[in-house]
Amino acid sequence: MTKSLSKGIFYALLVLFSLFFLIPFYVMVVTSLKPFDEVSIATMWQLPSAINLSSYAQAFAKLVPNFLNSLYIVIPATLISALLGSLNGYVLSKWKFKGSEWVFTALLFGMFIPYQSVLIPLIKTIQVLGLYNTIPGLVLTNVVYGIPLTTLMFRNFYASIPDSMIESAQIDGAGFIRIFRFIIIPLSITGFVVVSIWQFTNIWNEFLFAITITGSEQQPIMVALQNLAGSQIVEWNVQMAGAILAALPTMIVYIFAGRYFIQGLLAGSVKG
Amino acid sequence: MEATNTQKRDTLRQKKKPVSKDKVLAFLFLLPSLILIAVFVYGFIGWTGYVSVSNWNQLIPDMSFVGLDNFSSIFQTFRFQSDLRNMLFFTVFFIAGVVILGQFLAVLIDQKLKGESIFRNIFLFPMALSFVVTGVVWRWVLNPDTGMNIILDGLFGWTPGWYTDTTIVPTLQIGQIDFGIPLALIAVMIAAIWQMTGFSLAMYLAGLRGIPEELREAARMDGATERQIYFKVILPQLQPITFGVIVMMLHISLKIFDLIYTMTGPGANFVTDMPAVNMFETTFRGNYYAEGAAIAIVLLVLVAIFIVPYLIKSRKGEA
Repeated sequence: MTKSLSKGIFYALLVLFSLFFLIPFYVMVVTSLKPFDEVSIATMWQLPSAINLSSYAQAFAKLVPNFLNSLYIVIPATLISALLGSLNGYVLSKWKFKGSEWVFTALLFGMFIPYQSVLIPLIKTIQVLGLYNTIPGLVLTNVVYGIPLTTLMFRNFYASIPDSMIESAQIDGAGFIRIFRFIIIPLSITGFVVVSIWQFTNIWNEFLFAITITGSEQQPIMVALQNLAGSQIVEWNVQMAGAILAALPTMIVYIFAGRYFIQGLLAGSVKG
Repeated sequence: MEATNTQKRDTLRQKKKPVSKDKVLAFLFLLPSLILIAVFVYGFIGWTGYVSVSNWNQLIPDMSFVGLDNFSSIFQTFRFQSDLRNMLFFTVFFIAGVVILGQFLAVLIDQKLKGESIFRNIFLFPMALSFVVTGVVWRWVLNPDTGMNIILDGLFGWTPGWYTDTTIVPTLQIGQIDFGIPLALIAVMIAAIWQMTGFSLAMYLAGLRGIPEELREAARMDGATERQIYFKVILPQLQPITFGVIVMMLHISLKIFDLIYTMTGPGANFVTDMPAVNMFETTFRGNYYAEGAAIAIVLLVLVAIFIVPYLIKSRKGEA
């Protein structure tokens, strides 16, 4: 009796909080499907009278080039930072040297800094390299500042590969590269999936570097969305359609690979 | 341990060179990343520090040394004083919200109810979104003329101004500013808690699942009620997780930029401004590079005070 009662209360609470969590999604979808003349302040919560895709047409026309920019940035940046992270994680977990723990800690600090504290030199350097307002400039930036996190994730991941495996491979005459190629890489497919998904999400959603390093032509989607939403003349239904378009890739990743996404979340949280 | 392994390998293979060659090779593969981080993190921080004591407060660089002038002038501005106040209250309530709500939802989901994965997925979903999207959507949901206020007006006849409210409670005159909680920040806190609760939920759920069933069994044998088991046995086990969540949320909260920038901006009377936003606008909109650098250094020091001990501690705990 009391057990089923408390179950009922638990369900009620979970449903209540779920509703709260779903509010923004509901508003986003419903508003984006309305034609402009139905987007009024008074009828915000109402469903559209008929599904209207004109706001999507407008949002797509404005945001598709930026969507592509984001893809051109996120794909190479994710791959390179995952590769570097896996190499670093391998060295820092299986080839420890004197002081390597401190090197790792110093590396890790890089993921906690407020990026404002490197922003002025970063822009000057990117300008000197001729990469200001370019996609390679943002790729470089995201790769560099992604290194601490990907290294951490792979290092935690490789800690579960027993050292005895490495030792017996060494006894069989395999060296640093062969062990990496034939033992570590095959064992870290999941690791690569987890890190790639997590980095994809991070870089896709990144805003500060994007807004400082790129101007209008090369802007990634998040900056374009902010500009779209920040201008007073763009209607709410178009803004919401734009928000959905900007969120779509990471939402799809979450829906189809949520398990790996959560693994990434846990692997990237240093250690409790 | 290391020494015995090396000895074992040496006696087995009767040669020393290949092992040390591999060690050098390993270090060489690590080196590019080390150089990049040394330059892009530590070098750039030093460079920012150099800018922060210079006279570069116009578009054209002027690196002549002015000591701590930029620091003393930012601390005297109404805006930066407001930032520090906002950051303090935002951080406290944001972290409390994420920790309490995440733990609460994790405990609910851990009751082995049917459909728990659906609930878990709903609560974690916002984690996949950008703060930019969150800001854009919540600005619409909490727009004082519509959204929540339609519901609140219908239910209670109450229409809060959300992020447009400039009230500060209580109002204590400190320095140039009114010290207290800016009510406009509540809107930002709601959005930020909505976005980040999934993080603590996932951490707590992993923690709860890691607690062996025997522990509960033993408590049950001793005659503890389910509620006592939770409060006396389970929750104390989660303390290290709470610590980890607080540290992760703390650095997100001190650095917060995207959400403020897209959702509210600095706000009237800077009621929703934050140091990170101030730094960005001072530097790149106002061309006060040296003052912007000074704000950045203050922000960095604030983050480092909490993060560096944590990093050192987790390194030692592992060894």
